[in-house]
Amino acid sequence: MGFETLMGDEAIALGAVHAGLGGAFAYPGTPSTEIMESLQDLAARQKAGTLEGVSLPFVAQWCANEKTAYESALGSCFAGKRSMVSMKHVGLNVAADPFINSALVKVNGGLVVVVADDPGMHSSQDEQDSRWLADFARVPCLEPADQQEAYDMTIEAFELSEKYELPVMLRITTRLAHSRSVVATRPPLAQGPIHKPAPGMDWILMPAVARRRWHELLGKQLELKRLSEGSARNTLKAGDKKLGIISSGLARQYYLENLDDLIAARGGAPMHLHLGFYPLPESLIRELYEACDELLIIEEGYPLVERLLRGIVAPGKKIMGKETGDIPYEGELSPDIVRKAIGLPERKGLASRALTPPGRPPQLCQGCPHADSYGALKEALKDYPLHAVTSDIGCYTLGALPPYNAIETTVDMGASIGMARGAAEVGLTPVVAVIGDSTFYHSGLSNLIDAVSHNTNITVLILDNDTTGMTGAQPTILPSSRLEPVLKGVGIAPEHIRVLRAHRNEHEQNVQAIKAELAYEGPSVIVLVRECIEALKKARKA
Amino acid sequence: MNYDIVLCGVGGQGGISVSVVIAKAAMAEGLRVKQSEVHGMSQRGGEVLAHLRLSDKEPASPTIAKGCASLILSFEPLEALRYLPWLAAESGIVISATSPLKNMASYPDTAAVLAELEALPRKLLLDADAMAREAGNVKTANMVLVGAAAKHLPIKPESLIAAIREQFARKGEAIVDANLRAFEHGRTANP
Ligand code: SF4
Repeated sequence: MGFETLMGDEAIALGAVHAGLGGAFAYPGTPSTEIMESLQDLAARQKAGTLEGVSLPFVAQWCANEKTAYESALGSCFAGKRSMVSMKHVGLNVAADPFINSALVKVNGGLVVVVADDPGMHSSQDEQDSRWLADFARVPCLEPADQQEAYDMTIEAFELSEKYELPVMLRITTRLAHSRSVVATRPPLAQGPIHKPAPGMDWILMPAVARRRWHELLGKQLELKRLSEGSARNTLKAGDKKLGIISSGLARQYYLENLDDLIAARGGAPMHLHLGFYPLPESLIRELYEACDELLIIEEGYPLVERLLRGIVAPGKKIMGKETGDIPYEGELSPDIVRKAIGLPERKGLASRALTPPGRPPQLCQGCPHADSYGALKEALKDYPLHAVTSDIGCYTLGALPPYNAIETTVDMGASIGMARGAAEVGLTPVVAVIGDSTFYHSGLSNLIDAVSHNTNITVLILDNDTTGMTGAQPTILPSSRLEPVLKGVGIAPEHIRVLRAHRNEHEQNVQAIKAELAYEGPSVIVLVRECIEALKKARKA
Repeated sequence: MNYDIVLCGVGGQGGISVSVVIAKAAMAEGLRVKQSEVHGMSQRGGEVLAHLRLSDKEPASPTIAKGCASLILSFEPLEALRYLPWLAAESGIVISATSPLKNMASYPDTAAVLAELEALPRKLLLDADAMAREAGNVKTANMVLVGAAAKHLPIKPESLIAAIREQFARKGEAIVDANLRAFEHGRTANP
């Protein structure tokens, strides 16, 4: 047993390694990125012989996208190893197909799916709540409240997954992912050997088998609910019965932060049910509801508990939460939001007298290659009063803001090329798709194949900085040098693939090249190459 | 004992190492610490913010509640203003560097920003960049601020010094010394 100061993400990584992890796979995405970064660090220490108690090497790899990462984890689980896949909430949309279907196979080595939600959208395009997808897939979900629980629950999730032969979701949110505290660690468990599943059809989801497996999955639900009733992660604390509190995951910490004041104000602590394990413990919820005059539900994300609860208890008493407006529906929770919801007076700090500080929007780094690429693109498009520029997710999304104002759409990973294609096919030309190299491999490639297949009139600008810049410069899945052969390989005509240097010294040349491809009526790709400044710095430090 | 610190500035100003130094020193003295940082998109030249909570018992929330911070330690004057609602109204102090980082068009008049800070009941404003330069290395402005905050922190200066040594050890003796000099320079500004 030792103690380490860990971020939530790091606690999960260490928990997985101490649980005897065999293989972990991920695609970077805030706030989940540091899980794989930390795993790779731990793997390097293991190789160097400085990771105490971990004798066998384990795999920790970045993948092209969340779906491929999930499928790799699934294969590693099939091979009998404890396996983990980690991603941000929107990544689970990409991996939804393997995720939901993996609930139907007979999990072999434990399979833990870590999903980091980003309520408040610090670095995301939505704030969807992954607990709903766990519910949808009918798999158990664990929701830690602090770093210690993140570590412990990761180990529990593997045990649970193997015992019930199901994938288990571990759901965290931004503040837990990116805050640090001291974690007590356990002696590492040994990594298991390769062992294939018992012979049979449990991994072949053809209709007849899938029907049987679905039936079995539904049959497990009762057992999971029973488990939830008795789980040490779902705790009902006695207390004052005027107000009953339900908290889930991190929300508990915001509640506890205010508890002393609440006790002082009310003369006692309210009865409190905390949830860290789903499916919901229905009888604990009924017990609380029946005992209390009214209920307040504090959960981070969408109102999952609040919605499900209405199907568990008979109507009648007042239930407060996000649906009723007692807690804001949007954004993340905070100690102050919870304070207000439990009826404590607001605490005011100071304020400036006359000046309201204007926001400081994020910006491309000084000298970022994207700025030069946008400069050339905007000039090349000047001749076309009607045009469109679709874009994608990465640092270059900041091209939407002044001084660039260069792009018109950002929806989901890879959408730039698909949207450009759709717009061009129905007659809006010229249209340019701007996408980063990492995003291109993530989900742009398949859209480009559509463009080749239909000979769509689009110009794709791949901003190749040889890294995943926004999440802190992780390596792209294939190096820059491989991009051109890939483009040729899918059938872009070689004379319409141009590789240029994204630098203002080359501005004139780049403008002319873009103009020439805009004039070409078919799919063309311009790769604008220059290394990310952050990645350079990181490389210099290392 | 609770001591909540809001650390603020703009991406790339060295806020994270300040957070680490103070947290290490606090833990060496047996305090419980919780640190919260902002990553991702907001790091790109936007506001950076870290919350650092020191206490004799484990802090519950990863983030600081409004009106509760004992200290706002800011690398940039406008950012100090932004987080005033988190400062304890009756007791909190703002320690801020005065050189503005103007990476946006809407940046207000510098004099107006500084006047707002001057009007606060408890504040210490210093030209941390100039002091760091004087101490020999302009990149150590963040440690000047730690030095200036030292007497307010519930931590002994020796623990901070040890933490600075540890934090910069792998960068070599010269960098360690530069940061220690910056720290001492900051301390003399607020003895
Ligand atoms: S991190 Fe790299 S790609 Fe992102 S803005 Fe900075 S230089 Fe550009």
